[in-house]
Amino acid sequence: MPSNRTLIVRRLGVVGYAEGLELQKALVAQRAADEIDDTLLLLQHTHVLTLGVKAGESRTHVLATPERLAELGVEIHETGRGGDVTYHGPGQIVGYPIISLKPDRCDVHKYVRDLEEVMIRVTGEYGFTAGRIEGLTGAWVAAEKIGAIGVRIQRWVTSHGFAFNVATDLDFFRLIVPCGISDRGVTSLEKLTGREIPIPEVEDHLIRHFCTVFERTL
Amino acid sequence: MAEVVMPQMGESIAEGTIVRWIKKVGDRVDRDEPLFEISTDKVDAEIPSPSAGVLVEIRAKEGETVPVNSVVAVIGEAGAAVAAPAPPVAPVAPIAPAAVVPAPPAPVAASAPVPARAAAVPQAPAGSESAAEGQKQKSSPLVRRIAKDHSVDLSRVAGTGLGGRVTKDDILGYLDKGPKPAAPKAPAQAAAPQPAAHVPAFKPGDNVEVVPMSVMRRKIAEHMVLSRRTSAHVHSVFEVDYTRVAKIRAARKADYERQGVKLTYMSFLMKATVDALKAVPVINSSIDGDNIVYKKDINLGIAVALDWGLIVPVIRHAEEKNVLGLSRAIQDLAARARSKQLKPDEVQGGTFTITNPGVFGAQFGMAIISQPQVAILGVGTIEKRVAVVEDDAIGIRTKGYLSIGYDHRLIDGAVADEFMSHLKKTIENFDPDAV
Repeated sequence: MPSNRTLIVRRLGVVGYAEGLELQKALVAQRAADEIDDTLLLLQHTHVLTLGVKAGESRTHVLATPERLAELGVEIHETGRGGDVTYHGPGQIVGYPIISLKPDRCDVHKYVRDLEEVMIRVTGEYGFTAGRIEGLTGAWVAAEKIGAIGVRIQRWVTSHGFAFNVATDLDFFRLIVPCGISDRGVTSLEKLTGREIPIPEVEDHLIRHFCTVFERTL
Repeated sequence: MAEVVMPQMGESIAEGTIVRWIKKVGDRVDRDEPLFEISTDKVDAEIPSPSAGVLVEIRAKEGETVPVNSVVAVIGEAGAAVAAPAPPVAPVAPIAPAAVVPAPPAPVAASAPVPARAAAVPQAPAGSESAAEGQKQKSSPLVRRIAKDHSVDLSRVAGTGLGGRVTKDDILGYLDKGPKPAAPKAPAQAAAPQPAAHVPAFKPGDNVEVVPMSVMRRKIAEHMVLSRRTSAHVHSVFEVDYTRVAKIRAARKADYERQGVKLTYMSFLMKATVDALKAVPVINSSIDGDNIVYKKDINLGIAVALDWGLIVPVIRHAEEKNVLGLSRAIQDLAARARSKQLKPDEVQGGTFTITNPGVFGAQFGMAIISQPQVAILGVGTIEKRVAVVEDDAIGIRTKGYLSIGYDHRLIDGAVADEFMSHLKKTIENFDPDAV
């Protein structure tokens, strides 16, 4: 049996957005130079709105005034990832896979579909069926998004990744039009199940399904 | 020379959008150094250069979506000539196929050298590093990196973002244009309309030959689409009786030839157009924001078809010239256009354009306006036609159609038709002593 590539998982707890960016940048360079193994960062951010590469366009999808954002303690950041504006905050597991898609996974659509697959499977662990919506990325339970995706690829090394709502305070999404899609809502595992769910438990599921879908071994 | 193509980022991916050029035309690049960023779906990817050299040409602009494997840039050897900045690689779906392709602005063979973008970028004063550091909370790492790469002091860049923060667009705009006065808010300028959905012209494996457009072709394409987007085009067609002009021409032709000048229908049309422009000056104007700019000079552009495209030389101060002077001017300009001897300023500054699809047999054409003008005259074929003449008899008259394309933002139908009526009347009652 061919052995799978090794995946290093780092659970970082709560990390500021800028700090997360710096870490990713360093790891991408190391991964591209083959100095480290494929790595999956799991963390939660403090309240932040992030704008994708089309920052000019996505800025109009921020609905709150700068004053209101400051009052709520929400930062705002431009990023290098694809996608529109999104919100990160406590209770949401952010996954940043820094992995090389070479040699057999050099297909950006496949990569996005695979990330969706991981989140769909984790949602399934809690008895809910998540799926994809044609033309939109992410994992959806009915018409509500539970997991979002925004990815950057440099020389087939990935960064940014996915955000999965476990106990996210969904009110914060009212500050934005998530990903520029105005007619669809967001949801979380807690909202779906009506109970409190420990973050580490969901992280365990994410790691396990990530390894299966991406054929990696811890 | 190495061509850089839009890479295939996945099996089901037929196209990609250029998000940002990391290198500028004229920049040195190393092999594998990041050259541009593309985005497709929710994925943004940084594309490295396939070879080392100098980026000599960018064929796909930021924001443009192009098919996989189409050429987006050219890398030349160090010291290679730098090409003019380029419009789209693959055109958006064709616009109404016009019988007439008029008036692009100034695509001159010997075009002026491209001003190096870097020249417009002021060097940051010494110690700017710390100034940039001070901005740390006000801008993203990406913006700071761009600023650092270009030695720009961020405190000099007007921020339009939240809390006055400098956005990526701000810094890129700054690098493009040089410094601009700080404004409290982004100017309320309507965003350029998104190009129509891109339809791939071919699929990999199709039996096609792909030939890059010439610079002139690309400029024409870009300008035509720009004009369609800018002006509210309306067209109107008049039939004009040239019988009187034909007679004057027959009588005076030999005289003109002795002076080395050809007397053509265009000679009469140019003179009649100048007179009509004087009578209805708004046709000889431009729109500038909410203002109308009346041009006191009449600089008449005449579209000249070339084997390799189209050019519109301009007769300056046409209002000061008589029929002989106008005829001599267009003869000279057309000859030099065909031998590629025009100077750049001889194809610029036109205030009104005449195009002549009639020479190819068209009855009339629906021409596209040459920006920033507000109207264009199309001359249809002039031929003998059966006509109703005096006393309800049937006779033979020399006739042709004249069409005007005008910008309805500024010119209403009544005004355009007033101009055309004046033109028609002048032609039909041409003063023989003026020739």
